[in-house]
Amino acid sequence: MNTILRKTILAPGVKDFLVDAPRIARKRKAGQFIMLRVRQEGERIPLTIADADPEAGWIRLIFQEVGRSTVELGRLEEGDSILDLAGPLGRPTHIEERGTVVCVGGGIGTAPVHPIAKANKEMGNRVISIIGARSADLLIMEEEMAKASDRLLVCTDDGSKGIKGFVTQVLQQLMDEGEPIKEVVAIGPVVMMRAVSEVTRASGIPTVVSLNATMVDGTGMCGGCRVTVDGRSRFVCVDGPEFNGHAVDFGELLQRQRAYTEQERQAMAQDHVCHIGRDQ
Amino acid sequence: MSQYAPIPKARPGKVDRVPMPEQDPIERGRNFLEVPFGYSPEMAQVEASRCLECKDPTCIKGCPVGIDIRGFVVKIREGDFQGAVDIIKHDNALPAVCGRVCPQETQCEEVCVVGRKHTPVAIGRLERFAADWERDQGVVAIPKLAHSTGRRVAVVGSGPAGLTVAGELALRGHSVTIFEALHKPGGVLMYGIPEFRLPKDIVEAEVDYVRKLGVEIIYNAVIGKMITVQELLEEEGFHAVFLGLGAGLPYFMNIPGENLNGVYSANEYLTRVNLMKAYDFPRADTPVRPGQKVAVFGGGNVAMDAARTALRMGAAEVSVIYRRSMEEMPARREEIHHAEEEGINMRLLCNPVNILGDEQGNVTGVTCLRMELGEPDASGRRRPVPVEGSEFVVESDTVVVAIGNGANPLLTEATPELKLNKWGNIVADDATGRTSMPGVYAGGDIVIGAATVILAMGAGKQAALAMHEELMAKEIN
Ligand SMILES: Cc1cc2nc3c(=O)[nH]c(=O)nc-3n(C[C@H](O)[C@H](O)[C@H](O)COP(=O)(O)OP(=O)(O)OC[C@H]3O[C@@H](n4cnc5c(N)ncnc54)[C@H](O)[C@@H]3O)c2cc1C
Ligand SMILES: Cc1cc2nc3c(=O)[nH]c(=O)nc-3n(C[C@H](O)[C@H](O)[C@H](O)COP(=O)(O)OP(=O)(O)OC[C@H]3O[C@@H](n4cnc5c(N)ncnc54)[C@H](O)[C@@H]3O)c2cc1C
Ligand code: SF4
Ligand code: SF4
Ligand code: FES
Repeated sequence: MNTILRKTILAPGVKDFLVDAPRIARKRKAGQFIMLRVRQEGERIPLTIADADPEAGWIRLIFQEVGRSTVELGRLEEGDSILDLAGPLGRPTHIEERGTVVCVGGGIGTAPVHPIAKANKEMGNRVISIIGARSADLLIMEEEMAKASDRLLVCTDDGSKGIKGFVTQVLQQLMDEGEPIKEVVAIGPVVMMRAVSEVTRASGIPTVVSLNATMVDGTGMCGGCRVTVDGRSRFVCVDGPEFNGHAVDFGELLQRQRAYTEQERQAMAQDHVCHIGRDQ
Repeated sequence: MSQYAPIPKARPGKVDRVPMPEQDPIERGRNFLEVPFGYSPEMAQVEASRCLECKDPTCIKGCPVGIDIRGFVVKIREGDFQGAVDIIKHDNALPAVCGRVCPQETQCEEVCVVGRKHTPVAIGRLERFAADWERDQGVVAIPKLAHSTGRRVAVVGSGPAGLTVAGELALRGHSVTIFEALHKPGGVLMYGIPEFRLPKDIVEAEVDYVRKLGVEIIYNAVIGKMITVQELLEEEGFHAVFLGLGAGLPYFMNIPGENLNGVYSANEYLTRVNLMKAYDFPRADTPVRPGQKVAVFGGGNVAMDAARTALRMGAAEVSVIYRRSMEEMPARREEIHHAEEEGINMRLLCNPVNILGDEQGNVTGVTCLRMELGEPDASGRRRPVPVEGSEFVVESDTVVVAIGNGANPLLTEATPELKLNKWGNIVADDATGRTSMPGVYAGGDIVIGAATVILAMGAGKQAALAMHEELMAKEIN
């Protein structure tokens, strides 16, 4: 169970796993995620299901190594198993016939935006995708996004590939060109999702963002993932992860993501190699 | 056979209740070891000798699962501890748990005849003794299972309700699979009730017993998401389903500042510490903020558990903030007593109205209002009313909200066939646990709201009997 069938390195520190998980593969819809644990004393962390094949029985996870759990996950090799894997969790993306939909992926956010672009295309919508990264070597899934979109715009902060600039500038241009945009889906760092929501706010284009709150169980049992949307407290894992970007309190989300900065530093400093030889 | 000689019955009132030795309050406030040590065989025999061995034992009526209390207490007095265990296990598959966490003072012990004039027989402690004695022997007897019936049952949730149903049905020859959303079994026993009150190896051992009865447990199986209830019945080949989902939705107060860093629901705080082992951070990966001044909102068992846990996590000052008075506190007396002994500050007749924070979004304090008790409300308890202009601030860097739990809608939302009450609890028949969906039963906290371990087990037992009947009446192929 949960065997890693294929491991690919997409960019420095970004890994791509195909994992054997037939039950999840059968059920999952675009926008949903899983919770996983790498080892007995490990944390439960959420990752989006970037793709799945219900027949072959695999799901695809694409993740960036940012801290202890993702680094440990990245150490697993083909043939290894992920200790615990639960899902699919969260509400699926609401996909309907709308016309033109713009999918914006920032950095690793391209991975979760990909299934949404794909599903929109399958629905018959015109999909324009914008993907961005700091530099060319950090860009991921360009080909796949091209396939899932009618039009793909690539940008980098340093101009090493595609348009030089942020995804928000590219989106603004599209809007200025008069694209009849019916919806924007933006996934990436919180500051990016906030900026995208600001760009679309004035024109009132519905904007969906996928929030990466810190989670524990992922099933609505702890409330640790709560965010304020429209002045109301919501649980990202069961009420989301997608919300109306114009209603989200991004400042609070950023603040809550910093809740464990000190502990995360401590955890990385004591890399898990030093557990060897200890009781466990 | 045990090597202990029988001792005679004591004359009524001549022997005082045998105290249970426990850890020193100051020392235990800094460790996670269990607080009471339990009875020695000699102590257990003396305590058992206080039982009048009544012809009409009222104690049994006080036990939600109807354990033959007189029967097992006599066995203990006679030194036949295995005999005692066998009697208990006939009605209760989790005696080491119940002996520790049952609110005995309002159940079996409340109606014990000795209690009319003296301190009642310490039934819970004796039950705990018998269960621990058996575990210490190293061999736990597995009762004979009935022949396989060919019927398959899915149990959703591995809390006390689910474990009881699973055990009862396995004994009757059904093939039982438990689906558990988390990566560990036990429900609240594992993630909620702390180690110092209920050691996790005891929960593991009790779960192991159920497993030895042939029950299979599948972890990380979120029913309603990974598989629906309908699919369990129609595609996965189960003949019946039991839902023991618990009351897993934390309530918040909805006051300003509740989303500041350092504010937890009791569920989150206790899950981080118990299930995810944050006390062992950074060896274990899950952190919890190390609070120095911790404020806990609420007055139930959950609040006491959170407060005592915070103390053990290294807090210098822990306050329980409760809006009514000590008399109305729903927590068990023993828990309140233990908490006070350990130095937890009870701030009674105080209501939090606002949580304060700094620019980084960290909690710095709680604004409270003093309360007075007014006229009795619908629950019969005197309604607390705020005292005008009595605001004051309790300095805190961590806040734990322990004001109650409701029904988690994750599964019920995906199962429109299930009838719910206005709070989202599943409507199920009192006597059988039958729900509005054919073949589907429910019991425990998801039906009656956050209650007790033994009530969840009682509901599980009743449901198992009804399920057994329905299963046997069913044609299968
Ligand atoms: C619904 C959901 C879906 C997600 N999908 C993906 C995905 O497909 N691919 C992927 O790479 N990541 C995804 N994430 C983020 C991922 O869960 C975190 O990167 C991971 O938990 C970090 O754990 P760690 O122990 O490696 O790092 P930590 O040591 O916990 O953190 C290291 C750094 O990462 C930041 N961080 C911690 N938790 C999160 C978080 N939840 N979101 C964003 N930053 C965080 C911290 O602020 C810190 O700077 C998702 C998060 C959510 C809530
Ligand atoms: C901190 C705390 C202290 C307590 N102290 C005491 C005490 O001292 N004495 C006492 O008698 N009672 C106490 N209680 C109450 C007692 O623990 C509960 O009443 C009891 O555990 C309820 O049992 P249950 O089987 O109904 O549910 P739970 O124990 O809540 O178990 C439910 C299980 O179902 C799983 N689940 C839920 N949804 C799904 C799904 N969709 N798919 C798969 N699995 C699912 C959950 O993960 C969980 O494991 C306490 C409760 C808490 C929170
Ligand atoms: S299960 Fe609880 S109520 Fe019943 S005898 Fe034991 S302690 Fe008393
Ligand atoms: S009521 Fe009390 S004294 Fe009588 S049998 Fe029960 S435990 Fe013994
Ligand atoms: S992660 Fe616990 S409620 Fe969302």
